[in-house]
Amino acid sequence: MFVAWSDLRVAKGRFTLIGVVVTLITVLVTFLSGLTGGLVQQNISALTSLDTDRIAFSVPEGEPVTYADSAVTEAQAATWARQDGVRSVDPLGISTAKVSAGDRQATVTLFGGGPASGTDVPPAPGRVAITADTAESLDLEAGDQLRIGDASFVVDSAEGDAWYSHMPVVRLDLRDWQEITARNGAQAPFATVLAVSAEGADFTRADGAAGTSSEGLLTSLTALGSFKSEIGSLLLMVVMLFGISALVVGAFFTVWSLQRRPDVAVLKALGATNRMLTVDALGQAGVLLLVGVTAGITLTALLGALAGTALPFVLTPVTTLLPGAIMTGLGLAGAGIATRSITHVDPLTALGSNR
Amino acid sequence: MIDLHHVTLTFPDGASCVTAVDDVTLHVAAGETVGVTGPSGSGKSSLLAVASTLITPDTGTVTIGGVDATALDLAERAELRRTKVGLVFQQSNLIASMTALEQLLVMNELTTEWRRRARRPAARRRALELLEEVGLTRHAHKRPAQLSGGQRQRVNIARALMNHPALLVVDEPTSALDQERGTEIIDLLLRLTAEHGAATILVTHEPRILPRLASALQMVDGRLTPLLEPLSAQPA
Repeated sequence: MFVAWSDLRVAKGRFTLIGVVVTLITVLVTFLSGLTGGLVQQNISALTSLDTDRIAFSVPEGEPVTYADSAVTEAQAATWARQDGVRSVDPLGISTAKVSAGDRQATVTLFGGGPASGTDVPPAPGRVAITADTAESLDLEAGDQLRIGDASFVVDSAEGDAWYSHMPVVRLDLRDWQEITARNGAQAPFATVLAVSAEGADFTRADGAAGTSSEGLLTSLTALGSFKSEIGSLLLMVVMLFGISALVVGAFFTVWSLQRRPDVAVLKALGATNRMLTVDALGQAGVLLLVGVTAGITLTALLGALAGTALPFVLTPVTTLLPGAIMTGLGLAGAGIATRSITHVDPLTALGSNR
Repeated sequence: MIDLHHVTLTFPDGASCVTAVDDVTLHVAAGETVGVTGPSGSGKSSLLAVASTLITPDTGTVTIGGVDATALDLAERAELRRTKVGLVFQQSNLIASMTALEQLLVMNELTTEWRRRARRPAARRRALELLEEVGLTRHAHKRPAQLSGGQRQRVNIARALMNHPALLVVDEPTSALDQERGTEIIDLLLRLTAEHGAATILVTHEPRILPRLASALQMVDGRLTPLLEPLSAQPA
């Protein structure tokens, strides 16, 4: 990288400019990744933290399988429980409700029953588990009263973070959930879905017997309409930014390589190998990308910390280092294509060339 | 030393071919400088391109320091140039981003071989010695834009000598200089060629230089003919 370093030292303005561009694209990519992570978390974290293997839906025939339209019966739960290999079947009721405490109100998602979530089990009848966020917005703590419609519940715990469809989750007993849902005037369902834990069970046979449609926990997330469209749009933006980053770096090094052709011809005439020139050029691109991407990730981390809880932002290696690594890889690929022209420079042009 | 043996080089020119070098045989011994002159288009640059292994002739052999360059592939010829050939360009052709010292040090960095790292201290010593020999010690850390035309040409010469070449190929080194600076550069070249024991082929348009060389040849229509005393040239 002897030549690369001398170029980097001398053409500071040019390299600073492209370095700043790389930094800004990295900030865009990583910030968008962080926001995507945050939005995803606010959409599904209550589901992904459930201690279960499979989610069984029941929707009218011909209708798409969604959490919104699913309603399972007690008989379906019993059929699932009888299947070989099924360890447990936990009916889970999901609905939206307004909760209040004093003069404060919040819109939440109710999770009635269901399996344990980590160490948290569904509360006993008459009690609810709320998230720290809900506790703060309603100024509640454990032991306080919370109203859901005209029913009153004791706050069992006020901690943790669980979201469903961008609303904080309030967990309660399945029978309490059924009563609240019935009071809302709807035909009271037994539950929305069944959370199934199983090992070696024949899910196709179980679905056939119970008249349900089951999915693995992660694939069941696509049954959340808002999740699919949201994650699709955000990921498309991230992917487009990756492409733009590769193009920008590639375009810069294409122009840079063209400008360097006379120097490259001289170096080849002096005996430089194509391998040396390529390694040198890619090393230069690597340094540029490494510095730009590192600066971008650092800026994103600072911005993410400043954003605090004002934005749904997740700062993890997956939302920063992974996009940074992909950007570096794609940038190097772009630079690699751009610097290919170096190998085609004819050293003969150095002889008698008038520069 | 270099031996060109019945070398012919042709270029396509539309439907026909132009013979740029026509059956040239030339021997230049170590420490000897042979001048080549001739009108524009006579084939001087093509002769230098063949002698410096930048192009392979259609027929004939080019032997540099005992190695037949015409039998080598592209990468092997690059290695031969790096290790046995010094090129002094018409224009100095220095790399704009490098200091005078770095222009010389780069000669050790033209490969990805790991052993180049071990050679770095020796390369630095050699570069500093050569810069001293060409009178540029004070200018070692200046870039080409900060040097005069004569100083740039001195760096060009020092760079060519960096890897102890068996052959020095010099292409009109004084064409961009005034007469005084041109004379200085020729003095320097002749002195260094003798001191370093390189076989030198010097192409020039300036007749005043030729009497100072061991032999001088004229190139006309791709053929070499003796101009002064043909001590070692054997025109085909």
